[in-house]
Amino acid sequence: MQSKPIALTILDIVSIIVLGVATYLALVFAPTELVMGDVQRVFYFHVGTAWVGLVGFVLAAVSGIAYLITKNMKWDRFEVAAVEVSTMFFFITIVLGSIWARPAWNTWWTWDPRLTTAAVTELIYIAYFMLRQGIEDPDKRARFGAVYALLGGLSAPITFMVIRLFRTIHPVVIGNASAEAQGGFDMTADMRTAFFFALFAFTVIFIDMMWHRIRLSSLQEKVEELKLNVSM
Amino acid sequence: METFPDTSGYMIAGFVIAFATMGIYIFSIYLRNRNLKSDLETLESLETKQSKKK
Repeated sequence: MQSKPIALTILDIVSIIVLGVATYLALVFAPTELVMGDVQRVFYFHVGTAWVGLVGFVLAAVSGIAYLITKNMKWDRFEVAAVEVSTMFFFITIVLGSIWARPAWNTWWTWDPRLTTAAVTELIYIAYFMLRQGIEDPDKRARFGAVYALLGGLSAPITFMVIRLFRTIHPVVIGNASAEAQGGFDMTADMRTAFFFALFAFTVIFIDMMWHRIRLSSLQEKVEELKLNVSM
Repeated sequence: METFPDTSGYMIAGFVIAFATMGIYIFSIYLRNRNLKSDLETLESLETKQSKKK
């Protein structure tokens, strides 16, 4: 296992700083929303984590294609890292959305098209790990995983577009909301600053976590290889 | 004077869960990394012993 690169250490530090700044902007800098009060502040993290979650699922699908074409295991490591980190971030998105919905919609959960597609997406990627766990052969596992990630990747654009295509109560931040949308608000300049910084911050944190996760997969592969050598 | 609905409890819960989830995930990466490194050391010493026997 190679020692930790300096660039990764720097990225770790930058990630901590940008997360701190994003938290400050969300909790202190951004003004309190008039109708919803303080709970609206979770919106900055809700959208930030959703952004990296959905982008990660698309990246996993792309690396799945790259693996199927090249059969290079580095794409499998990238795919696993993208799915794992994105599933974690998307879990935060769903929980924050539910917490926000309680005072805004007077319910923790409703089977609205956006919430339903988000829940299905999360479940698809939890099942991805169950599928991989059940396959021992590394090549077969990578091949099955790639096909699954490729098909599962379709759920990301569907989840993103559903509030723009169907009648839904979920508000739309950028673009036109459905007439039934509840809990939407006009962003002030300070809110926009906090919003775009949160998107940037979570992108940096996502890259940092991906890098760590890819290194972990490389180590795992090395251990599996050695196990085979020793048992022979 | 403007009055806002008091939803700060929900906000605190949201941020606590977000940070806790990220913290648990980072800790899990650390733990898995530590366990794999110890496995690697054991396997490498086993491999060295095996090659000496041969």
